[in-house]
Amino acid sequence: MPEPILSIRKLTKRYGDKVIFHDLDLDVNEGDTIVIIGPSGTGKSTLLRCINLLTRSESGQIWFGGKEITAKGTNEDHVRQQIGMVFQNFLLFNHLSALENVKLGLIKVKHLSKAAAEAKAMEELERVGLADWAGHYPGQLSGGQQQRVAIARALAMDPQIMLFDEPTSALDPELIGEVLEVMRSLALEGMTMMVVTHEMGFAREVADRIVFMEKGSIVEEGSPNEMFNRPKFERTREFLWKITELYGKKDHGEE
Amino acid sequence: MAFFKLCFCGQKYGLLVLPVIRQELKGENLDFLTLLKYIAEGTAYTLGVTAIALPSGLLIGILLAFLYVYGGKGIARVMNVYSTIMRGVPPLVLLFLLYFVVSKGINLSGFWAGSISLGIVSSAYQMEIIRGALLSVGNDQLMAARAIGMSRKQAVLNIVLPQALRLAIPPWSNEAAIIIKDSSLVYALGVPEILRRAQLIGASTQQPLLAYMSAALIYFVLVTVTNRLLNMLEKKLTVPSNH
Amino acid sequence: MIEWLNYFSRFKIDLLQGALVTLELTAAGLVIGFVLGLGLALARSYGPRWLRVFARVYISVFRGTPLLVQLFIIYYGLPEIGITLSQTVSAYLALGLNSAAYQAEYLRGSIIAIGNSQMRAGRAIGLTRWQTICHVILPQALRLALPSWSNEPISLLKTTAVAFLIAVQDLMAKGKRMAVKTYDPIGSYFVVAIIYLVMVFVLNALLKFIERKTRIPGFDAEVKKA
Repeated sequence: MPEPILSIRKLTKRYGDKVIFHDLDLDVNEGDTIVIIGPSGTGKSTLLRCINLLTRSESGQIWFGGKEITAKGTNEDHVRQQIGMVFQNFLLFNHLSALENVKLGLIKVKHLSKAAAEAKAMEELERVGLADWAGHYPGQLSGGQQQRVAIARALAMDPQIMLFDEPTSALDPELIGEVLEVMRSLALEGMTMMVVTHEMGFAREVADRIVFMEKGSIVEEGSPNEMFNRPKFERTREFLWKITELYGKKDHGEE
Repeated sequence: MAFFKLCFCGQKYGLLVLPVIRQELKGENLDFLTLLKYIAEGTAYTLGVTAIALPSGLLIGILLAFLYVYGGKGIARVMNVYSTIMRGVPPLVLLFLLYFVVSKGINLSGFWAGSISLGIVSSAYQMEIIRGALLSVGNDQLMAARAIGMSRKQAVLNIVLPQALRLAIPPWSNEAAIIIKDSSLVYALGVPEILRRAQLIGASTQQPLLAYMSAALIYFVLVTVTNRLLNMLEKKLTVPSNH
Repeated sequence: MIEWLNYFSRFKIDLLQGALVTLELTAAGLVIGFVLGLGLALARSYGPRWLRVFARVYISVFRGTPLLVQLFIIYYGLPEIGITLSQTVSAYLALGLNSAAYQAEYLRGSIIAIGNSQMRAGRAIGLTRWQTICHVILPQALRLALPSWSNEPISLLKTTAVAFLIAVQDLMAKGKRMAVKTYDPIGSYFVVAIIYLVMVFVLNALLKFIERKTRIPGFDAEVKKA
């Protein structure tokens, strides 16, 4: 069994007196799609931001690609080149077109030539189905389109792992499907992904493992089958029932 | 914007009426246009003062704004004090103070001392404008840039700054108009700009009302043109959006 | 240069008198400006076309020209057509007319923000237009405008300094007298600057206090500056 690509050991995060999560342990293998679920405010988003070092944890270790990235002296920028992140609010660069959004990292961070960057950027936009909208600005795109550009922007950096922080929570219902479809293809292509979401249909169909977090710790984790049909804890069953009622058992616009 | 043309014509024709009244009353005959021309020559000084004060205020303002927003708590506090003092004291007082302080060291004409002083005063206001813009762009954009591996410096220069500058244009054009108007304060330092000239010719021809109204007219034109130009700049730089 | 600390006690009376005059100028400008400014704001929001145009022109002219020029027109120019005013009255007038243009914009901004929906609500229960304006819209609009309007008293306080150029005996004028008497312009104007700073601080604190006291509970919308 090869080494996990990402290992989290005893991770603790505090904001002042408040403990967000404590002593978290989690392993992610290459090619896995991990879906993290749980009530709001339990630190799921914070966890993702700790993984790509946007936020500093108080104690614990994170190992990525064989190296401890929480160690002192780590080049954070370099780490973030290999971890892709997609935000709930898309966070596209408002003053740049879709193509320029995707190109920027390639030029400034990976130091590709303008021509090479443009070619690769167009490739990624095609991958998410938005090649025709390359010249459009974020203000001219729908939420779903913006999020897909955001995914293309992250993918362009050729990351080893993709983190999705509630990628569809800010979208109108009709637009959720197009984003989930892109994510599903990615998973099928073998990308290692960690997704925080409430989309149970996606979790059921695409996840290799579902992790249920509550009150700052992992209550239970397991395959979708295990979690939905034979959860070990009552709390898990409760939560899954409630959330499935809310969000529906079918994916939006799919199947 | 035909509205502004109306204002402009209104003032001009209004002023044309006055010399007629004057003639009736005193039998003198000073051509309005000659008067206007003499006063308008002061425009060079007014524009000169503005041309020195505005950019220097901008450069210092941008520098200070960056220090304020990205420089850490200690520096931020210093900047806050600087801002409070420079914006809490009347510009005229600061003008005088800086003029005398600078004159102690070097022998500067009223023009240079006045311009530099005005620039220093303006830098505090411009710092606040740019700081506001930087904060408006917000940390999220910064976070998104760092998420693709950009360093803090790259993120600020490539993502935050371009957006902030666009946001800053409306309040900044307000500041530009203020500087054009405040340049009249260097009158007190003897600079032969528009107002000083209006006073001179108003006194010598005994037509102060006409002279000062002409001065007002010229300032009005300067301010209006500047506003329009900056408005056009803003439109040109606006990122296309459907929202 | 440390002698300036003594100036505070040496010229105590002068400085106090000057500060008082400055405050009077500020108050006069503020009150005249408010009454006129409110009128302009109402004219632009609810007036007939000709009144709206007049208000726009007025605001545009007074905001587009320097206060100093306006002051000179009133004090030096008006006598030419027979209207002679004292220095103090000229200053009051100039400050008031000028301030009115700026206050009009603050007030209009918040009238718009309170706006149409409240007008509809008022008329729906049978109030006339004027009744709605007086009893429904203005009470809300004035409170809403307070945070951004608070800039105006402070701005006025600083602007009054130009009155000294037509020989009004305000704080700035006393500063000049001090400079002449002590041969120390830097120290003198430094003292003057400190006193202005103190006045601004106090005024600011006062305004914040008023703001807190008049807040409508739960109604926190901030008006965008016009």
